[in-house]
Amino acid sequence: MIEKLNIVNRLPEDPILTTVDRALNLVRANSLWYLLMGLACCSIELMQTGGPRSDIDRFGSLFRATPRQSDLLIVAGTITLKMASRLKLLYEQMAEPKYVIAMGSCANCGGLFDLSYSVLRGVDKIIPVDVYIPGCPPRPEALTEGLIKIQEKIKKEKYFTK
Amino acid sequence: MEKHELMEKVKVKCQDSIVRVEEMPNDDVLIEIRKEEILFVMDILKNDPELKFSISNHLGVDNEDNYAVIYNLYSYPFKHKITVKACLDHEHPEIDSVESIFKGMNWFERETYDLLGITFIGHSNLKRLLLPPDWEGHPLRKDYIHPDFYDQIDNRRPDLCD
Repeated sequence: MIEKLNIVNRLPEDPILTTVDRALNLVRANSLWYLLMGLACCSIELMQTGGPRSDIDRFGSLFRATPRQSDLLIVAGTITLKMASRLKLLYEQMAEPKYVIAMGSCANCGGLFDLSYSVLRGVDKIIPVDVYIPGCPPRPEALTEGLIKIQEKIKKEKYFTK
Repeated sequence: MEKHELMEKVKVKCQDSIVRVEEMPNDDVLIEIRKEEILFVMDILKNDPELKFSISNHLGVDNEDNYAVIYNLYSYPFKHKITVKACLDHEHPEIDSVESIFKGMNWFERETYDLLGITFIGHSNLKRLLLPPDWEGHPLRKDYIHPDFYDQIDNRRPDLCD
């Protein structure tokens, strides 16, 4: 019984054919490690998304404490002008290929603090953004869907084939 | 001690430092003082054995034609509150720092300097507390103009009608 459940024993003995791109993209898409960086109240929802109920570990995503080990930057919260240069530095420290999710209204366009003197009106003014998630804050389900969108994007990318 | 008793006591002790004494709508006592006498008044309020006030809060106000600083004090032994107010001129808002009497006022006064531009003479470290050091202007002033650019970031609000 245990031998049947073991995935190695269930694989056919014949070789599996695929392209290098597809194999690489499958691996990259299912090991998206994100940078542990909460800026405001969205980070509470980000923690909840990493928690047991809407566990994004099952998509291969887990948090890293350093940008050098991260593939994904989730901008969770309000970006003040004082923080903007630091955020850009963190983005630049990440290794390519890298992806960005703008989580919540504040990261999308400034949100509630649009008319404030100290708030950056959207993170796309300083770094390129792949997925925007609306909401104030977005629910963990929404963030999970954003992650799946990033995975879909990664799976379409081509390195070796044209 | 009754409220009127407190008002009389403060009037007698501070004499001509006081411009006016009145009751506020929430039944607290407000004394407005001449700004040159702030250290003298604070010293009496703190060290007089019949008053023994501690400071609980400090704020600045922009009244367009003048500035004001407000100190909220509370006496733990005698359980009464008092509000001390001093008006400053609009051109050069300056007042003596009360840091030498209440040491905890250090950061409060730095915040007021940061956001309203009121200079506290004799403060040990009068730098910006919240905003970055290269920020121009004091954002909570009524005549403050919101900057479009900061640190080479175009922070203009996108035109929603495009």
